[in-house]
Amino acid sequence: MANKMISEIPLPKSIANVFAARNISTAKDALSLTEFELMELLDVGLTEVRSALSQISEIVAPPYQTALSLMEQRFQNEHLGGHFPTGLKGLDAALCGGIPFGVLTELVGPAGIGKTQFCLKLSLLASLPTNYGGLDGRVIYIDVESKFSSRRLLEIGLRSFPEIFQMKEMAQEMAGRIFVLRPSSLSEFTQSLQQIKVSLLQNQVKMLVIDSMAALVSGEHEQGVRRQQTLSWHISFIKSLAEFSRIPVVVTNQVRSQSHDEASQYSFQAQSRDGIVETPTRYDSHLVAALGIHWAHAVTTRLVLEAKSGQRFIKVAKSPISPPLAFPFHITSSGISLLSDEGMELMGPEINSIHCQGHNEIINFRMESLV
Amino acid sequence: MEIWRLPISASQRGKLISAGYTTLSSLSSISSSDLARESKVSESEALDILKFASHSHSGGWEMSSGNCSIFEGAQNAWDMLHEEESLVHITTSSADLDNILGGGIHCKEVTEIGGVPGIGKTQLGIQIAVNVQIPHGFGGLGGKAIYIDTEGSFMVERALQIAEACIEDMSEYNRFIRKDFQACEIRMQPKDILGNIFYFRICSYTEQIALINYLDKFISEHKDVKVVVVDSVTFHFRQDFDDMALRTRVLSGMALKLMKLAKKFSLAVVLLNQVTTKHTEGSFQLALALGDSWSHTCTNRIVLYWNGNERYAYIDKSPSLRSASAAYSVTRRGIRNSSSSCKRIKMM
Repeated sequence: MANKMISEIPLPKSIANVFAARNISTAKDALSLTEFELMELLDVGLTEVRSALSQISEIVAPPYQTALSLMEQRFQNEHLGGHFPTGLKGLDAALCGGIPFGVLTELVGPAGIGKTQFCLKLSLLASLPTNYGGLDGRVIYIDVESKFSSRRLLEIGLRSFPEIFQMKEMAQEMAGRIFVLRPSSLSEFTQSLQQIKVSLLQNQVKMLVIDSMAALVSGEHEQGVRRQQTLSWHISFIKSLAEFSRIPVVVTNQVRSQSHDEASQYSFQAQSRDGIVETPTRYDSHLVAALGIHWAHAVTTRLVLEAKSGQRFIKVAKSPISPPLAFPFHITSSGISLLSDEGMELMGPEINSIHCQGHNEIINFRMESLV
Repeated sequence: MEIWRLPISASQRGKLISAGYTTLSSLSSISSSDLARESKVSESEALDILKFASHSHSGGWEMSSGNCSIFEGAQNAWDMLHEEESLVHITTSSADLDNILGGGIHCKEVTEIGGVPGIGKTQLGIQIAVNVQIPHGFGGLGGKAIYIDTEGSFMVERALQIAEACIEDMSEYNRFIRKDFQACEIRMQPKDILGNIFYFRICSYTEQIALINYLDKFISEHKDVKVVVVDSVTFHFRQDFDDMALRTRVLSGMALKLMKLAKKFSLAVVLLNQVTTKHTEGSFQLALALGDSWSHTCTNRIVLYWNGNERYAYIDKSPSLRSASAAYSVTRRGIRNSSSSCKRIKMM
């Protein structure tokens, strides 16, 4: 809509000609200028500029829908009203059905905590037919760090859905629906994304997994602000891809240590010291999600995976629908499973902190249980 | 001294005061002939004076706004005060928050609300879109809402939850407070509330500008819209812009149009903003996004932040409200007061 050509918009002939003469060919060009700039550029009066702009705006502006019709549409056309159940009962209940369609869901946590395991389980689930809780479609798995293990995928399938995966043809069919891409650089990733967008709908792709987003950028050796700007196009692109295709998009993120001059306060907080409660968590947890605050704003749902006192937790740190709950989980041969469907509600910014305590033992335990 | 409020000449006023008529109530029970005799004015003048006095008693200021305007299109501050006092505010469902806001979100003004991810901006936006629909009988505006979603964070199930809780609260209020009166029957269903939220999904800054231009026409056709929520105003302007000066110009043009909308249709405009880090005074601090020039364009600015384990709202900028902060919480039913019992309003 934004790239609509001025020539396609029914404007009075005179002004349409002036637009063309001044090289303003798309609606985006026209709307990016202020009224005065247009007056100057086109050498026409304010009323003509205003009426032209209002006509262009009316055509470019998206149509509206009442929230009611939005809800009815989603429940009619989409699986479970636009949610993809993860199979983890407590988590699905908190998220009102499962991972939401059309927006970004982030899995963030320290290395080895189980993000890739979760992604494998989700990819498998998405490929299954709907009567098994799946989306009955293809999955695109962008595997940046070469962590995708098809053997592990089939093991999960065999343990969780033996009736399907014991039959070789069925196993082949399901595994055949998961397409793995391995971009070796950011530019390759960009290309793949653009290709995906074009062929997504006709290829029946029902889920996109990017594992991991942070690895793409860290490979490019850029620092701070430049790194954020590099990713901002991708963030915007992936969000719009999710939006128009209405599929769940799961992205994993790494953690990094918190630097001392980390911004955590506003200027008015620094000024008045009374009534400020020191956040105790600031001193304990030295890990924060990578990719910065712009990324944190862009994801709609953030699931934090962490290890605390030797126990792993999956926490709903950001969600438009769920309260801040933490569920203990462990990794088994059949993937990830919750130890309790009753989540613990966490108060305050504690839900956002990422712990990595007693983690080394856990890694060894995992290796043992997989063998 | 109320006589000076009457639009009469100075000499007439002087005569009234010397005759002992200093207040409007003293003029309420006197006949024109008595007044003429006592204050030594003519019969017709006395009649006019009494007419003015009775007008101002009943609160009809239609005359003054027409007659006293010396400059075309200007409105004097007194009339503005009357108008402002008669405007209803949109409650946020948290009494503490409403208190520091002077009753709630103001109509005819643009309010910017910013905060870190997960603090509750979208929650507050949805709450306001629901609360604007509270009927007049319950102290609300009985209006409709426009929700402009630039990030896809609007979740219909959540809006339904908040709508259901709002109706339950109104029924509670009915039961306990209004049982003496004719119960204002709540015929509203949660689905009706959803039906009164006009949802627009924006995918680029061009669409954002186009929509805000188009809103003038849209709202003229849907006159009962009383709030426009933009969630968030930042997202599409944080990327795509290599030319920062252009971004500033476009943003200020947008802010101006929104302000005009607010004034023209007497509605509230709520803009949700994101957060960025800024290097000031030798350290990194959090600040609302879109830059310094944007921070001048909104009338009111509220920052949502974490203080310990609680969510707080701080009035960062307002022409009429004091800088204060109050705690609030995000519950299953929506935005509510913070659960701790002591009063948490701090003046800064």
